[in-house]
Amino acid sequence: MNDALHLEFTVEGNNFLSAGSASDEVKNTLKKLGIKAQAVRRVAIAMYEGEINMVIHAGGGNAYVDMFADHIKIVLADTGKGIEDIQLAMQAGYSTAPEDILALGFGAGMGLPNMIKYSDRFDIQSTIGEGTTITMEIDFDQR
Amino acid sequence: MKIREIAEILDAQVYSCYDRLDDEVISACASDMMSDVLAFVKDQAVLVSGLCNPQAIRTAIMMDMRCLVLVRCKVPTQDMITLAQQSNIVILSSKLRMFAACGLLYEQGLLPGENTLV
Repeated sequence: MNDALHLEFTVEGNNFLSAGSASDEVKNTLKKLGIKAQAVRRVAIAMYEGEINMVIHAGGGNAYVDMFADHIKIVLADTGKGIEDIQLAMQAGYSTAPEDILALGFGAGMGLPNMIKYSDRFDIQSTIGEGTTITMEIDFDQR
Repeated sequence: MKIREIAEILDAQVYSCYDRLDDEVISACASDMMSDVLAFVKDQAVLVSGLCNPQAIRTAIMMDMRCLVLVRCKVPTQDMITLAQQSNIVILSSKLRMFAACGLLYEQGLLPGENTLV
């Protein structure tokens, strides 16, 4: 597979029924492509955490996914309020999620740490008032 | 252990995928926080939770789980049942609290399995 398989998704903000549907579709596509289960799960978790973050914090956004023969690249871009202190946000357990989000089972401060943990390459760019873009690459044959 | 046995042990009602009740599962985990499940769980096929919303199903999907056990009398919504049905996940609902449900399943041989904390 020299050319990447490209997928795009619109992630709807504050819709907790559809939240995760993009990650689910990517997971199923990778399974059909015969990618190893362990790698598929790492992609699913990393993307799902990012998708949930966009739903909770950013009023939605877009997901751009490129699947190559040996790795996947996921770009999650939103035009939300941005992250004030990225280093703090990346600490396990740090959360700005309100009570109603905790009641949904999220907001434990594990979103970004999980994305970093399950990615082979991770980048985050955020500007207050403009939004956040996360880029994750996951190799299929690593770990 | 078969999922059917879990339902019997917990006196639980079945809400989806009746055709999957004879599937075998070996280990389980329990949490109301989905991010913790995503962070620390590895290869457990059963999720015991008091969280009754579509994200509990989504989390189970991402983790390749087979069965969601809702505790504390939680009844799944139709949205949850539809999502679970599409993804071959059995939803069970028990009147037991989390601690009691986990204790009974552990006593009957369901294992905690490997985790990624260590």
